[in-house]
Amino acid sequence: MRRIPFNSIRPPSLGWRGAKGRTVMRQNVLEMRNITKVYQNGVTANRNVDFSLREGEIHALAGENGAGKSTLMKILFGMEAPSDGEIRLRGEGMRFQTPQDAIEKGIGMVHQHFMLVPSFTVAENMVLGMEPKRGLGIHYEEAVRMTQELSDKYQLTVDPRAKVESLSVGMKQKVEILKALLRGAKILILDEPTAVLTPQETEELFKQLLVLKQEGHTIVFISHKLKEVKAICDRITIMRSGTSAGVFDMADVTEQEISRLMVGRDVVLKYDKAESFYGPPVLDVQGLTYVNALDKKALNDIRLSIRTGEIVGIAGVEGNGQAELVKALTGGLGGRVKGSAKVNGSELISLDMRSIRELGISYVPEDRMSQGAAKEESISDNIISTRYRSRDWNKGLFLKGKSIVRLAEKLIEEFKVRCSGPAQPIGMLSGGNMQKVIVARECSTDPILLIAEQPTRGVDIGAAQLVHKKLLEMRDQNCAILLISADLNEIMELSDTLYVMYGGELVAAFDKPSEVTEEELGLYMLGLKKQQGEHTGRGVTSDAQVL
Amino acid sequence: MLKYFDAIRTLISVAIALVIAFLIIAMISEQPLETISIFLLGPISTTAQIGNVVEMSIPLMFTGLSVVLLFRSGLFNLGAEGLFYISGVIAAIIAIYASMNSFIHPVVAILGGSTVGALLSAIPGIMKAKWNAEVLVTSLMFNSILSGIGLYILNYHLRDAAAFANVSYKFQETARLANLIPGTRIHTGLILVLCCIVATHYFMYHTRWGYELRMTGSNRAFAEFSGIKTARVIITVHLIAGFLAGMGGAVEVLGMYSRFQWSSLPGYGLDGALVALLAKNNPLSVVGAALFLAYIRIGADQMSIMSDVPAELISIIQAIIILLISAEQFLKMWKNRQLLKEAEKLG
Repeated sequence: MRRIPFNSIRPPSLGWRGAKGRTVMRQNVLEMRNITKVYQNGVTANRNVDFSLREGEIHALAGENGAGKSTLMKILFGMEAPSDGEIRLRGEGMRFQTPQDAIEKGIGMVHQHFMLVPSFTVAENMVLGMEPKRGLGIHYEEAVRMTQELSDKYQLTVDPRAKVESLSVGMKQKVEILKALLRGAKILILDEPTAVLTPQETEELFKQLLVLKQEGHTIVFISHKLKEVKAICDRITIMRSGTSAGVFDMADVTEQEISRLMVGRDVVLKYDKAESFYGPPVLDVQGLTYVNALDKKALNDIRLSIRTGEIVGIAGVEGNGQAELVKALTGGLGGRVKGSAKVNGSELISLDMRSIRELGISYVPEDRMSQGAAKEESISDNIISTRYRSRDWNKGLFLKGKSIVRLAEKLIEEFKVRCSGPAQPIGMLSGGNMQKVIVARECSTDPILLIAEQPTRGVDIGAAQLVHKKLLEMRDQNCAILLISADLNEIMELSDTLYVMYGGELVAAFDKPSEVTEEELGLYMLGLKKQQGEHTGRGVTSDAQVL
Repeated sequence: MLKYFDAIRTLISVAIALVIAFLIIAMISEQPLETISIFLLGPISTTAQIGNVVEMSIPLMFTGLSVVLLFRSGLFNLGAEGLFYISGVIAAIIAIYASMNSFIHPVVAILGGSTVGALLSAIPGIMKAKWNAEVLVTSLMFNSILSGIGLYILNYHLRDAAAFANVSYKFQETARLANLIPGTRIHTGLILVLCCIVATHYFMYHTRWGYELRMTGSNRAFAEFSGIKTARVIITVHLIAGFLAGMGGAVEVLGMYSRFQWSSLPGYGLDGALVALLAKNNPLSVVGAALFLAYIRIGADQMSIMSDVPAELISIIQAIIILLISAEQFLKMWKNRQLLKEAEKLG
């Protein structure tokens, strides 16, 4: 492995002005030097990071979640102000106050969460803020023409007249890319573009990125999926806990080397799973159906059961009913759900959250900021939120302060939460440590059923592994676990039984998830394939039939 | 350093406000140094003046405490004003018309005022919990309603025609609160409010209800997720806050006056919001915040009597303090630098 020192890729003189064309591959179009960013809550997201881009390259920005990739790019795109450091674009010092400043200088960003108006058409979204005018109104036909022209030029096929809300995730992403191009972006930042895509859509995206590269655009590809990075990028900058761990030509490094630089150790997502001994069913869901506000069947006749000591995984592209399923099981949809869901024989549909928790159900929510924690309150306060009502933690009206602190200290140690102590506000912790606290809370109340929704989203690999091991440990202690995750690696490795959800239905079930390939799952997740017959939620084998 | 950032910022805000006040005094006063010394030292010049500071701080502590509870539970409710007033009216009615011995009488009058305060306060609480009606709006509306009702009762039922001003009949002697320190007007209400403050502190940090209150205020979605019935918490907080504000009104009327004589809202409720702001929503800090506010007010009164600077200067000081404390960006640069330093230390 050969590490290229940053100095060697710096342009010879700073007065250099951008050259046109791809012949000058040696020249840097953009340089970020010595970037440091400390957030209000004391988290250092970037520390003395150097980052440079050559004209016309696809540059990977890789690193674990929380390594500071997104922050660095937010700084480049004017969304965050750096605490220290400088940005030079074509040799010129820049200070972007807002994304608007960055856009004017030819930098575009496609966010992980799309910034589109769902009720507008593609063309309307495209020209938002720069509408072609006819008289006082918007020249809609002109907007359509502009969209079509750009779409043809870059082979990013979209229907300009389609409403954005009716588009698939992949299509929305294309609209976002076109939007940036329409605003004159020469440097395009893609923030984990494949996170929401199926394997097929990912391949299509890669083809389009190569077209963009040929047209002379420079692309920053933020990702932590090494295979993808390896497949498409020219160079790579690796981030590790807020610092740059090096810049490499892609040809010079192997996936293993990148992975080692990212985490400082080889990532192993293999766990020794004990043999499963299932007991009686804990959760029994029958005919669960929910029609949402848009008159769409968000849940369609879901049948599912989870036995003690079993992890049931639900895979699927986001927005295919997983969120509604969890809400139905945690009281979020109230009585608007038809069908039944019983935990050890007690019906839980139409119960409120407190009664559901009293049945022995724990829930790790997808959104740890808005649901999982009270940011300003202490770690110990956040840990007792689901159990302070129990006699173990109060004497009548008064809380048992000392026992609570002891519990918090014990869990902090057990889950290796990096913090100054139980009294530290949880909002001061990094995402991974915050998630550890939440998982610690939910797992330490001896639940009979644990619902884990995206339990490792946005956390570093160390924290993810800890969470995974804890889930397996819970399973071995006969807890029934419902795992919902968009991370195929995680869900295939952990699940004892795996379902795929598409369009509000369970379209496939696998008894041996580790033997299924990602490609095959992708077909089900995209709705290209569906298992035939009555899947009763039990006993469907993996010999699926193709539609 | 970072740990105390909020406290330091509050102190700096107060200091800046005082410096500006001194500058204004220096510009408009003939004898600036003497005026400033009256302003600063007047409140502690005699026992009677110290007494004035303490007795003025009592109602401020009551309303401040009430507002702390509401703010802490995430409710921007400014209704303490109207509750303070109407509870004073209720206490006055009991003080005028009931006959009891001198121990029971004030207790009944105070409890009467507090209970009415609690019940009236629950109305915006229920409206918030059930229909998510914005408490800032409903509580301010309630101030107007309660002020009208109080004035009606004073004018048509309590007014003493024999008196020259718009005041009520005299209270029974048995209803008045006992004097605590001879030579001042400090009354037993002081003991009551200090007990309430300590009790609220324990309530907030050591009880289940207080825990529910803090979690609901910090993140209502999280509280719901954890199984806390936040609607119930919101109504409970309103009941307690109303009870405290009401107690403040009753205590003030019985401790300081022999007739009910407020023909408009006395302003203690809104001052309570200022106290809560200075106390950073911490019950124990309410004592210091209320004493400080009372101190500079007495100082300003002294100044207007004994020098050529009007008491309205106090409004400028208050406005600057509120502005600086509520301005989030103030001293943020300093905080950022501290953060940077701390981060470097950690490596």
